[in-house]
Amino acid sequence: MAALEVVAAFALPGWVGPLIVLAAVLTTAAAARRLRGLATISLAASPLVGSILLVNLFLLPGAADPIARLGPIGPTWSGLWFGLQTVARLMAFSLAIGLVYLTTAVDDLLADLARRGVGRRAIFVVGAAVQMVPSTIGRAGEIVDAQRSRGMDTEGPIWRRARGVLPLAGPVVFGALTEVEERTMALEARAFSAPGRQTLLRVPADPASHRVTRWAAILAIAVIVLARASGRLG
Amino acid sequence: MAIELSGVRYRYAGASAAALSDVSLRLEPGRVVGVTGANESGKSTLCLVLAGLAPKVIGGRLDGSVRIDGVETTAMRPYELAQRCGLLFQNAATQLSNTTATVFEEIAFGPCNLGLAIEEVVERVWWALRIVGIEPLAPRDPARLSGGQGQLVALASVLALRPAYLVLDEPTSELDPAGTTLVAEALAGMARETGAGIVLVEHKTDVLARIADEVLVLENGAVALSGSAAVLADPRLAELGVEPPARVLLEGEVRAAGIEWTPRLAEALA
Repeated sequence: MAALEVVAAFALPGWVGPLIVLAAVLTTAAAARRLRGLATISLAASPLVGSILLVNLFLLPGAADPIARLGPIGPTWSGLWFGLQTVARLMAFSLAIGLVYLTTAVDDLLADLARRGVGRRAIFVVGAAVQMVPSTIGRAGEIVDAQRSRGMDTEGPIWRRARGVLPLAGPVVFGALTEVEERTMALEARAFSAPGRQTLLRVPADPASHRVTRWAAILAIAVIVLARASGRLG
Repeated sequence: MAIELSGVRYRYAGASAAALSDVSLRLEPGRVVGVTGANESGKSTLCLVLAGLAPKVIGGRLDGSVRIDGVETTAMRPYELAQRCGLLFQNAATQLSNTTATVFEEIAFGPCNLGLAIEEVVERVWWALRIVGIEPLAPRDPARLSGGQGQLVALASVLALRPAYLVLDEPTSELDPAGTTLVAEALAGMARETGAGIVLVEHKTDVLARIADEVLVLENGAVALSGSAAVLADPRLAELGVEPPARVLLEGEVRAAGIEWTPRLAEALA
């Protein structure tokens, strides 16, 4: 469904695509009680949203309907309109992907990939990538605490916080790199490279309703892409 | 039936000096060989060589012979080595797969990799949980365990592959006294129940004094002292950067105070 929402957000013309997708995502998130998580994602995207709005508001090529005049430049109505539409598409895309992350149990995802015959290395990469986010946040927290205990000031104005980025980024990145070798050895010590198929400890349920929804989404994606390519969607 | 190291010299890829020089060792099933030494003395390298990961996985140059039950480790693939000689690393966090939701599934990771029948996987997991004494942890999230619990889960994960030999690289290094006791008791029980040959690398010589049949002290990649657990009372231990067990230190203090050290006194203080 997330794939369909992403395609719809960008392929359907005007406000229709992004608004339908946003409505679908917010309804699903409310039902799954994940609105708080989406709010966090929206907050994280706010610098990008702000810059898109500003650039389009003042610098949209060919816009000639000024809202006001501020010296050599001026905000335009069409810039504002285009900026808002772009932001709506961006948010529809981000929140659809974010909702997948918030509502999918990693072990279910990995078990399902294994059931579909995806190789164990590919499955491990997916799992490790998803788990990397919380583990990196945890590691960053430990390093910030360690730097604070050595006198680094990480509170206060943004320029003061910015000074703490380098002492944080270095240990996070290099720590992760040195961990790679140990993780590789640990995996080999657990027969990760054994030939043949992995035993599936459990098979996630895949009821008929899920299968029908999945195939309907794939069909809808194909229809939207074809309609867009043939110019029927404008 | 044994792991045998004979005249082993190992140099890491890109290193100019050898990390191990002329190390010989024999580990038989049911025996516990303790290894200790100062930092950088070659203990972790010895673990990697014993388990066959060096040079098979990490490269480098190995001279001499490392045989597991008569077969050279260089002739075996990593997954074959994993079933003969299990290796537990210092850091449990990097040893866990990070892709499972429960401790049960985490321990099943290795047997599942071997493609065993699901009944056997389940049987092995419960067996490993029981041996290590962590059955109540089975439904827990591996990411939310204490250091000691995480190390025990990592140990059970290695055991579930049913290796005949185990190499444990400082399994208590990140643990507090309670966690150390927890792991040491699990190791002692495991040695009794499984009959596996165990190489236990430890800075905490109290743990070695308690469960090791034989002890090796390394210095600059070579064996400086070896023998029964009585080696841990050798006066040269401090010169080698190793703190003797508390009992040995206590005995020294008692004798220095002019009090006679008798078996009865030792028993009372134990």
